[in-house]
Amino acid sequence: MKETTTKQQGFIEEDNRQESERLGRRNFLKIAGAGAVGIAAFGLIGCQKDDGGPDMGGNGLYFGSGDIAILNYAYALEQLEAAFYIEVMNKPYSGINDWEKMLFRDIRDHEIAHREFFKTALGKSAIGKLEFNFSGINFSNRASVLATAKTFEDLGVSAYNGAGWLIKNEAYLLLAGKIVSVEARHAALVRDLIDNGSFANSEVIDSQGLDLAYSPSKVLEAAGPFIKSKIDVRDLPTY
Amino acid sequence: MNLFNIFDQISQVDPEFDERVNPRRQAIQNMMSFGKKVTIAAMPFVLSDLFKRAYGQTPTDVNGVLNYALTLEYLEAEYYTKGAAASNLVPTGKPAGAITTIRNHEVAHVAFLKQVLGDKAVPKPTFDFTAGGAFSNVFSNYDTFLALAQAFEDTGVRAYKGQAGLLKGNQVVLTAALQIHSVEARHASHIRQMRKARGGAAADQKPWITGANDSGIGAAVDPVYAGEDNKVQAEVDITMLQGIDGKISTAAATQSFDEPLAATAVLDIAKLFIK
Repeated sequence: MKETTTKQQGFIEEDNRQESERLGRRNFLKIAGAGAVGIAAFGLIGCQKDDGGPDMGGNGLYFGSGDIAILNYAYALEQLEAAFYIEVMNKPYSGINDWEKMLFRDIRDHEIAHREFFKTALGKSAIGKLEFNFSGINFSNRASVLATAKTFEDLGVSAYNGAGWLIKNEAYLLLAGKIVSVEARHAALVRDLIDNGSFANSEVIDSQGLDLAYSPSKVLEAAGPFIKSKIDVRDLPTY
Repeated sequence: MNLFNIFDQISQVDPEFDERVNPRRQAIQNMMSFGKKVTIAAMPFVLSDLFKRAYGQTPTDVNGVLNYALTLEYLEAEYYTKGAAASNLVPTGKPAGAITTIRNHEVAHVAFLKQVLGDKAVPKPTFDFTAGGAFSNVFSNYDTFLALAQAFEDTGVRAYKGQAGLLKGNQVVLTAALQIHSVEARHASHIRQMRKARGGAAADQKPWITGANDSGIGAAVDPVYAGEDNKVQAEVDITMLQGIDGKISTAAATQSFDEPLAATAVLDIAKLFIK
């Protein structure tokens, strides 16, 4: 089994070596400077950054390279969403009604299904469990929870949309497609809970009718304030 | 269970696996599963000629995918344009606002795809949204209008997903297709909420798809939802994964992954509305 795994990783890495080299560390670092813009664009709610966000340098959880890195990137985002909604359901905000409770229970279970799917599918290549910083979220306050949910769902949509073309394996691309539309359904619902009719407003859809699409580095910068664990994404394809 | 292990093994046995799009084989599989599921009552959305399904025209290149998408967007754009313009159909206020928003996106998608395709763009077909009389009150009955809107949106989401493979690695076109795809999913989510708000057959409707055909519309739209009850992804049975209170439920497993639909199946649905 060990031998097989080594062989496969070799196969996948070989497949993506050129890509990784081309879009390697230098490129990533060049783009990482756009982080502040990314965060502003998502209108992230105030978050007490007690650790300065994710450390994307060495000694962190290594995502791997090529398609594995992208799947780990998706796994990380699903971990974030699942952790958030588990907390939402553990401490429902005041005034939550039965319909909202059911919706958030569903969403929580979808994100757990996504998270566990990636974990199982990645097998030994999966990154470990991430720790999150939700200190900026007031879980007892409906507005705070919904604003964060909206941020995460729109971010998730933009992440899958922006990473799709980087995926080499068609089966993985299809899986990403199966998940992103569910995230978009969530995003629309959460937006409608905040303001009925804002499911696809001009904050997220441009004049050509296109949704958000952001590069992995931009998405990680936006998610940064919520990620406590050190992550090492030096070989994650981005642009 | 290791995804890479499985894919590696499958592609050794089946060299075509990596090029997932094999419309003919896919169509034949669909044909077989249709045979099991579809009843006479489902006829409005069912292809008339099963043989054509296996040998029908499906996209084989990037322009083919774009024209396929354009055809669907023509359909949606005209549908919402007519719906928004029909008197006494969509209630004023939030409902009219939402239909206007969706119409504007579909019109923008048509313009965008036409611009990308240039002189390769297919012309707009002539549509019959009554599908030969099956939905004769589509622009006079709000519930019929919303029901068909839901069918179109949920179909659209599946249609784009089904073509992603042909656009693999194409930064511009695949990204744009994904950006349209998620907009359709946002529309579907909202239309589903609008139908829930109307109560009746759609009273339990959720923004996401549960099992095969949760629409409350009836067997007429079975082909729109055929296969959405899949609970196995890349050989991983989602209902075997650990959730909060035991394993992930079957409902959550089907909701959490939207399924693609082969081009032939999508075109057979669309053809019902093309004169």
